[in-house]
Amino acid sequence: MPAARELKRLTRLVSGVLVVAGLAALVPVQNRIDAENGIYGPIADVLYMPSGGLLGRLSLGNEGLLAAIYWTRAVQYFGSRSLAKQARFELLAPLLRITTELDPHLLIAYRFGAIFLTEKPPEGAGQPEAALDLIRHGIVNNPAYWRLWQDLGFIYYWNLKDYRRAAQAYLLGSRQPGALFFMKAMAAKILAQGGDPATSYELWMQLYRQAENEQLRRNAEIHLTAIRATIGMKQLNDLLARYQEAAGHPAKSFEELVAAGLLRGIPVDPSGAPYRIGGDGKVALGPRSKVLLYLVE
Amino acid sequence: MARIWSITWHTFKEAARDRVLYNLIVFALLMIGASILFGQISVGIEGIILVDLGLSSIAVFGVLMAILIGIGLVSKEIERRTIFNVLSKPVHRFEFILGKYFGLLLTLFVNTGVMAAGFYVALFYQKRSLGPEDLLPLGAIYFILLQFALVVAWALFFSCLSTPVLSAVFTFSIYVAGHFLGDLRFFGQETHSRLVSGVTTLLYYLLPNFADFDVITRTAHGEKISGVLFTANSLYALLYVTVLISAAVLVFEEKEFR
Amino acid sequence: MPAIETTELTKDYAVGFWRKRPKRVLEDLNLEVASGEVFGLLGPNGAGKSTTLKLILGLIFPTSGAVRIFGSDWRDVSLRARIGFLPENPSFYDNLSAEEFLNYAGSLFGLAAGERRRRAAKLLEQVGLAEVGDIPVRRYSKGMVQRLGLAQALINDPELVILDEPMSGLDPLGRREVRDLILDLKAQKRTVLFSTHILSDAETLCDRVAILHRGRLQGLGEIGEILAMGVASTEIVLEAPSPGVQDSLASMGVSAVRTGERVRLSVQDEAEVERVLEIAVREKVKVVSITPVRLTLEDYFMEKVEKGKPVREKFDRQALSRKG
Repeated sequence: MPAARELKRLTRLVSGVLVVAGLAALVPVQNRIDAENGIYGPIADVLYMPSGGLLGRLSLGNEGLLAAIYWTRAVQYFGSRSLAKQARFELLAPLLRITTELDPHLLIAYRFGAIFLTEKPPEGAGQPEAALDLIRHGIVNNPAYWRLWQDLGFIYYWNLKDYRRAAQAYLLGSRQPGALFFMKAMAAKILAQGGDPATSYELWMQLYRQAENEQLRRNAEIHLTAIRATIGMKQLNDLLARYQEAAGHPAKSFEELVAAGLLRGIPVDPSGAPYRIGGDGKVALGPRSKVLLYLVE
Repeated sequence: MARIWSITWHTFKEAARDRVLYNLIVFALLMIGASILFGQISVGIEGIILVDLGLSSIAVFGVLMAILIGIGLVSKEIERRTIFNVLSKPVHRFEFILGKYFGLLLTLFVNTGVMAAGFYVALFYQKRSLGPEDLLPLGAIYFILLQFALVVAWALFFSCLSTPVLSAVFTFSIYVAGHFLGDLRFFGQETHSRLVSGVTTLLYYLLPNFADFDVITRTAHGEKISGVLFTANSLYALLYVTVLISAAVLVFEEKEFR
Repeated sequence: MPAIETTELTKDYAVGFWRKRPKRVLEDLNLEVASGEVFGLLGPNGAGKSTTLKLILGLIFPTSGAVRIFGSDWRDVSLRARIGFLPENPSFYDNLSAEEFLNYAGSLFGLAAGERRRRAAKLLEQVGLAEVGDIPVRRYSKGMVQRLGLAQALINDPELVILDEPMSGLDPLGRREVRDLILDLKAQKRTVLFSTHILSDAETLCDRVAILHRGRLQGLGEIGEILAMGVASTEIVLEAPSPGVQDSLASMGVSAVRTGERVRLSVQDEAEVERVLEIAVREKVKVVSITPVRLTLEDYFMEKVEKGKPVREKFDRQALSRKG
């Protein structure tokens, strides 16, 4: 009976169409949901959790797992270049607090927080106090881990510019088991020349070498570049001053210095773009420069 | 059609009398009761804890129920050979699938109603009076029901393909995996491989995004869920369930019962 | 129009994990079940009986060949409204009662609520489950489950009743009841198709039988024809025949076995039987018994299945080896 076969074919056809069309239709709907949820997507619960301790107790023994999940979200949300523009760094502090309350030995979370919490917006949260709280919590729970002292030192040095305390932190850290030699050296250098670009360069170089993931490495890199640029620009400014003294008037372009034998060629910044001389007679970054000078302010 | 309704109703009757379900409901109610005690540990957050834990209990036990009865939808009928009784009668195969699905959904609906009633009793006991803000958990419960609709549909689909035990395992795995699709997509994007990134993005849209329905914590803190989210999630669930049921029908039409 | 008609019906299953090889479980089955007859499907386990029944009901699909029911293609789901089916070793939902299940079954046929209840009650009565109709089926014994199976097969007042091993799990009383039920169905002019490996049941119930073995049709015929396939021989027992009589018999070529006072004769054809009886009457020899040793279904079956020795030879040996 033809009708029976037709019904079977029709059923197959309709089902197949529904499967394909349904799956395709899911895409815009999911996107709409994602848009509506916004930041709440990856880290909703953090905003509301009263404490990591309570969350840990509720997790019935899975604190480590939860900590890993929260840490993953932190990296996903704050560490991704693709999301960098949308990140609201003010949410980073509570996220890291809960993560480290769930797992006080998650060392990378402390390092991450130390850097991105102190960094000024838009690169970071600009909350050095929060960073200090985090690191102190880390040191309390991991007192012998020398790198946390390094992070503490970093916070005092870089953002708070409290060189005495920074040096103290490095010194204390240098006494912990396994500490590398540079800790002691840094302590001394900071005391002697805190704020000096060369000192800062070394500090960031250590962070660069120790970077545990892409975000941290890249972050250290752009800082190193900026510091190198600063050092280079200072040297160029000295040269400009010498030229002005010698020539009696300020240089308007670097060609003049080349002609005067003070330079071998047009100077380029660490990103490869040529410097220019600004309206105030001092060195400035060229238009094509990728150096983020403001990091070093 | 009347036949689909009959299958729905009798599936419900059969499932609702299942001893295991009673036990699960009792556990859920116990959890809700316990969360009152829990809240008394920390001052100031009893209300939050009750809503948070209470709703989470409903969600977790409901999913367990969904999986346990869900696997009995088709694969158990095939194993126990009760399916011969139905399919030898003038019933279209797709009617069987639809009837079974709605029957199980009805069972979950009723069970959730019982658990929700327990929840509100606990809430009333704790707060002594209920206000309009206490309607918020109903919204969360609606989202939980949407989750159930999805889980059952998955259980039904797997049930057509494999044994009861495997169906349970697969369904549970999908449920867990469906909470981490965002992370999956992120990791795919961060590897600098177009292929991996493409695959993870495909999976992001293909696999069921259960995380969409997680509104319990927000609700516990008194945040309203936007109308857009209600509509969008309802639509998502509807579409996905349609996909799964259609796929189940496709598989089931070709199935032979030795 | 025949109730069921199969044409070159073939079924293969794919066997094996990686490379699927087809296993043929039914080959080129040509069968016709006429309206109103009781048809038996016989064969040892694995012969293809269940396969055939399931192909008719659309539970499995033919690899090739056709099945027509009431003249229509098997795919027509609405045909099943006229069919009642009892699966082998039936199983029902644990938590529903027999009444509820029959109500469910009836609803699937589109019967109205009142009608369903009426028929359910009547059927439960008929199969002897009226007292236990409201307890959950999981507490039923195997025999009770079988009876519920029969009840649900009849809820829709079917023209065609298909039963897969209906006697299995029943005690002799139960089997008698099922036999009576089938005869009852026949009296109501319904068509009954059932499979069994119990030959005596088929003998008493069926108009026609088909014998399946290893997926092939080995034999098909009316019971009456098969059983009348000659009186294989006649056994005549005489009491104390005189030596003279014995000599006459011996000269006729009739084989005889003597046990005490009695002589047991195995006589081949009708004419010889008459002559023996003439001799007995003339010589005033007492005839204790005259028993036609007929071909039973079992012999027919064994021949078809074993394809071994011809039937007749086996008979003589059987007859002669029986002690007095």
